[in-house]
Amino acid sequence: MAERPEDLNLPNAVITRIIKEALPDGVNVSKEARRAISQAASVFVLYATSCANNFAMKAKRKTLNAGDVLAAMEEMEFERFMEPLREALEVYKKDQKGKKEVSEQKRKDKEKKVDSENDKSREDDEADEEEQQQCMEEEPEEEVEN
Amino acid sequence: NANKIKRTPDAKKSISLPVSRVRLIMKSSPDVSSINQDALFLTTKATELFVQHLALSSFNNGSGKDSNTLEYSDLAKTTEENETFHFLTDILPKKILARDYLKTLEQMQEEEEEADL
Repeated sequence: MAERPEDLNLPNAVITRIIKEALPDGVNVSKEARRAISQAASVFVLYATSCANNFAMKAKRKTLNAGDVLAAMEEMEFERFMEPLREALEVYKKDQKGKKEVSEQKRKDKEKKVDSENDKSREDDEADEEEQQQCMEEEPEEEVEN
Repeated sequence: NANKIKRTPDAKKSISLPVSRVRLIMKSSPDVSSINQDALFLTTKATELFVQHLALSSFNNGSGKDSNTLEYSDLAKTTEENETFHFLTDILPKKILARDYLKTLEQMQEEEEEADL
């Protein structure tokens, strides 16, 4: 499958936004600089992937994992990225887990609702019986307040 | 309600770059078989950090600071001066005027001729 050159580029709008957020307020970015940074970003992905893949191959694995990417960052001398990457990964993993739990919980709630509707009619009958007994016992007691 | 599970709203995503596009670029690398989800996320995030780092370093290091604009020349300058950006040398070369390049070529030719004599 042949990829057109544009497909290996990252979307300009997103790149521009990331650049602007990194620079002080009010700073402009020339069109040429924007394009160059976008190309540099694509090259970065390739370089990082190649580097990470070396680590995976060394470990005789065919699948690139998180550890490989972090090792690649260190190799490329981007240690400054490692801590923010680790933190972001934690949040990402929690989010993934949360999404899974939410859909499971929704399923459980649905099952619970069906069950409780069946139980409810039985419970009401029992409660009525209890109430009647209590009323008979309480009558002799009168409130004594000073 | 004790059964409520706290969940980060989707609006607060930690990455902006499209993961699918990053994956496409990664897959174009030779010898890469498969990429696990966490690795894909990290590469995408790292790319964003890289863009910020390149932009800010270039701006601080370059003359763009005076004109309040980040220019291509700032990027080329930083690439040349900062070792961690050396892998970008081929795509962010410094630009020179054609006539200066031709002059340099001439000089090189003269030196060669002198060496031959």
